[in-house]
Amino acid sequence: MADMQLLAASGAETAAQIAAGEVSADEVLDFWLSRAANDRLNGYLWKSGPESAREGGAPGGPLSGVPIAIKDIFCTEGVPTTAASRILGGYVPPYTATSVSKTAAAGMPMLGKTNMDEFAMGSSNENSAYGACLNPWDTERVPGGSSGGSAAVVAGGLAPWALGTDTGGSIRQPAGFCGIVGLKPTYGAISRYGMIAFASSLDQCGPLTRNVTDAALLLEVLQGRDEMDTTSVGIEGGIKAPTAERLDGMTFGVPRGLIGEGIEAGVLARFEDTLIRIAELGGEIVDIELPHAGHAISAYYVLAPAEASTNLSRYDGVRYGLRSSDEDLLSMYELTREEGFGPEVKRRIMLGTYALSSGYYDAYYGRAQKVRTRIVEDFDSAFAKVDFVVTPTSPTVAFRLGEKTADPWTMYLSDVFTVPISLAGIPAISIPAGLAEPDGGGPELPVGFQIAAPAFSEQKLIEASHALEQAIGFDGSAALEGGAR
Amino acid sequence: MSTEYEAVIGLEIHVQLSTRTKMFCGCELSFGDEPNVHTCPVCLALPGVLPVPNEKAVQYALQIGAALGCELSPVSTFDRKNYFYPDNPKAYQITQATYPFAVNGRLGEVRIHHAHLEEDAAKTIHTGGGGRISGSDASEVDFNRGGTPLVEIVTEPDLRSGAQVREWGQLLRATIRQLGVSDVNMEEGSLRCDANISVRPVGSDELGTKTELKNMNSFRFIERGIEAEVTRQKEVIAAGGEVEQETLHFDPSTGELHSLRSKEEAHDYRYLPEPDLVPVVPSPETLEMAKSSLPELPAARARRYEEIGVSGQAALLLSFEVEWAEYFEGVLEAGTGIDPRVAANWVTGELAAELRRQDDRPLAESKVGPAALATLINMVAEKKISHGSGKSVLEEMVSSGAEPESVVAEQGLEQISDSGELERIVIQAIEDNPKPAEQVRSGNEKAIGALVGAVMKATQGRADGGEVNRLLRQHLGL
Ligand SMILES: [Zn+2]
Repeated sequence: MADMQLLAASGAETAAQIAAGEVSADEVLDFWLSRAANDRLNGYLWKSGPESAREGGAPGGPLSGVPIAIKDIFCTEGVPTTAASRILGGYVPPYTATSVSKTAAAGMPMLGKTNMDEFAMGSSNENSAYGACLNPWDTERVPGGSSGGSAAVVAGGLAPWALGTDTGGSIRQPAGFCGIVGLKPTYGAISRYGMIAFASSLDQCGPLTRNVTDAALLLEVLQGRDEMDTTSVGIEGGIKAPTAERLDGMTFGVPRGLIGEGIEAGVLARFEDTLIRIAELGGEIVDIELPHAGHAISAYYVLAPAEASTNLSRYDGVRYGLRSSDEDLLSMYELTREEGFGPEVKRRIMLGTYALSSGYYDAYYGRAQKVRTRIVEDFDSAFAKVDFVVTPTSPTVAFRLGEKTADPWTMYLSDVFTVPISLAGIPAISIPAGLAEPDGGGPELPVGFQIAAPAFSEQKLIEASHALEQAIGFDGSAALEGGAR
Repeated sequence: MSTEYEAVIGLEIHVQLSTRTKMFCGCELSFGDEPNVHTCPVCLALPGVLPVPNEKAVQYALQIGAALGCELSPVSTFDRKNYFYPDNPKAYQITQATYPFAVNGRLGEVRIHHAHLEEDAAKTIHTGGGGRISGSDASEVDFNRGGTPLVEIVTEPDLRSGAQVREWGQLLRATIRQLGVSDVNMEEGSLRCDANISVRPVGSDELGTKTELKNMNSFRFIERGIEAEVTRQKEVIAAGGEVEQETLHFDPSTGELHSLRSKEEAHDYRYLPEPDLVPVVPSPETLEMAKSSLPELPAARARRYEEIGVSGQAALLLSFEVEWAEYFEGVLEAGTGIDPRVAANWVTGELAAELRRQDDRPLAESKVGPAALATLINMVAEKKISHGSGKSVLEEMVSSGAEPESVVAEQGLEQISDSGELERIVIQAIEDNPKPAEQVRSGNEKAIGALVGAVMKATQGRADGGEVNRLLRQHLGL
């Protein structure tokens, strides 16, 4: 089979071709290994050799032979796992994350471990200790983050699909920036076991794919209760490949109050286009209020760092990873963490430590929890009226490398539409809505359209997204060849 | 007039549960193995792992809560207690800081504030430099016992002295031991006790500044440590000073108190609700089982024994040790009409002393069964032998396991029941001891003792003391 055909095929199409004997699993793997080997995006932090990749995928699985890229936040036995941090440089876990075991059991060889923001803290992938990852649409721009590597390798034709994690938008925002599909399931749909923790009450694994059908197939492989994660429950009834072509009878709520300042004209234009598409497909557009969603970023930047500050305390130089000094206990702790963590991680550890300090807990963590509860209630009342809540995925298209690194707050605002949904724990997807010029001009870049649904209604979300995706007919092939040298 | 001060003491007791596996992973809990063989990614806190609560530990904890008369919470939650130390691999301990599994209980005279579940730290070993961290060559951590399930019991400040703490602590230990959920061995660390101590003027309701006395490994040491600290606090106040909040260590070998850390050095644990764990919601059946499966506990048993006439001290002693209680009940069962008070005194007094005297033998290895002891007690009660003879019969029984009847027969200890014979001996004694006889006649009743002694000597202790007394008084004309 011609390389172009292999490159253009989605995960589902590749699986079907292998099953039909049109192409062998070995051919598919060799093709993708050679693509990954020529990574010019710095999308991979570690790449499989042919032997190790073959070992991973059990034959006879439903997606047998379709390789997958794994965000370097998932622990993989015998394979370096760093979460893009210096503090885990050279760390090789003795066990494999549940999600990775599941993709392997479904027959999917692992292509490699993808770049990310250190410990998933960031929205541009520039916080990687191993260098920024580049956007295949324009290599002077960021792919988004924190799952930037996973998004870039899928969009840039270095992997058919990938696993990422989303805490405040880390799957949806890079998917939007790279013109692919990114799905963050309901909190609890997929096991977190073996996923290096950033903010435990928000972290959720999910797929980054070329289309909605692929996202559905991967979600079905990943979802389920895991006895190693007491917060995991799975999705009742499982997930089937979507078939919907229309949106008749479905209502889509638009939180106009949230979509205002700071949004690029091109992004807004593609958003409005998409609302028209929805109406054309028979869906109804309704204005809704999410009165507390405007406080989501503030609450998130208390809650997530608070959890992160305790999650990251285990990196102390005692048992594994970097140890910078063993002069005495205190200097070992201090130097290891000083040298091991990057600036954004340190900033969040400081923020979180402060927020949990005796005397400040109620003012910060306690209040942020209350805001979170209000946001959950906001979505509950919205879903009493509508089936879905829709927003742009991000207020801008992919920005330039270095553009926002000097101002953390501007960077944080990149997640203004994704964070409220994370706090509510509900599922959301980003699908490509077309291309738009950035403010200030330049070549057109992808715009993401975000659809959120009530907890555990992923099947409904996937059906609607599929219908809309067909109508939009986004073409991502311009980036597909750009990932490899 | 100087003010009188009283001590106010509250306890925090850590009980290691004797579950087969750890609190949050499946690693086996066993003693004395190579370091770090009972470990896994979870208890080593490798990146990406999550805790899964041990259901057996939750069940054991609920049993302790029920035994302490607590209200068992329908929902309890876990929190993270953050601090850096190599024996604390996550750099936080999972504990229950806000909604513990049991609240508002009482054991004996002490109210229980609450009891919560948590995990134990690993063990740090400092090599070289005398085993202390300062000056040591290296420090090593053994994670075999890291993650052992712990129940921490927190009392109200209802205790007033070191001796009371020791006695109550023994009651608590006996209670938990009987549940079979912990070894409660203080030397091995499966039971640990911290005391919060303050003093205040007698009659005051306010609490003074407290100090914390850490981790003493026997109730004797706790008693001594508390007494030393109470004395110190009273002296500080008497000298016009103020007690400062600090954490102290008591060195039993020197009797000295050392400050471990002051208030300024106290940790800020930055508690956080544990996001990795869903709340513990025991089913109504589990809660019911925790309450209904309780055995008769020491406090209840002591009450029951007191009600059938056993003296307070003996009742408490019997109640603390199940096997002694069972032995005692065996004696009552075997000896028809036996007086429980008398039986209890024989068991906790004569028998316990004799076992101690003869190679410190444990009760389980005693050659004297409850039935044999019951026979002996009845022989004394029926005045077949004197109480004194009874003791020497018991000595022989404990040493050889012989039946009481055969010992009595062999040693010719049968009491002189022929009152004619006893009367002859009494008259003889008065004749042989004219001086004390005269003293008694002239009003000095105490002098009768010498005559009783003479009769006992002549009968080799086989006479009944009461009868001897009666006959002497009769023949001396009293
Ligand atoms: Zn373990």
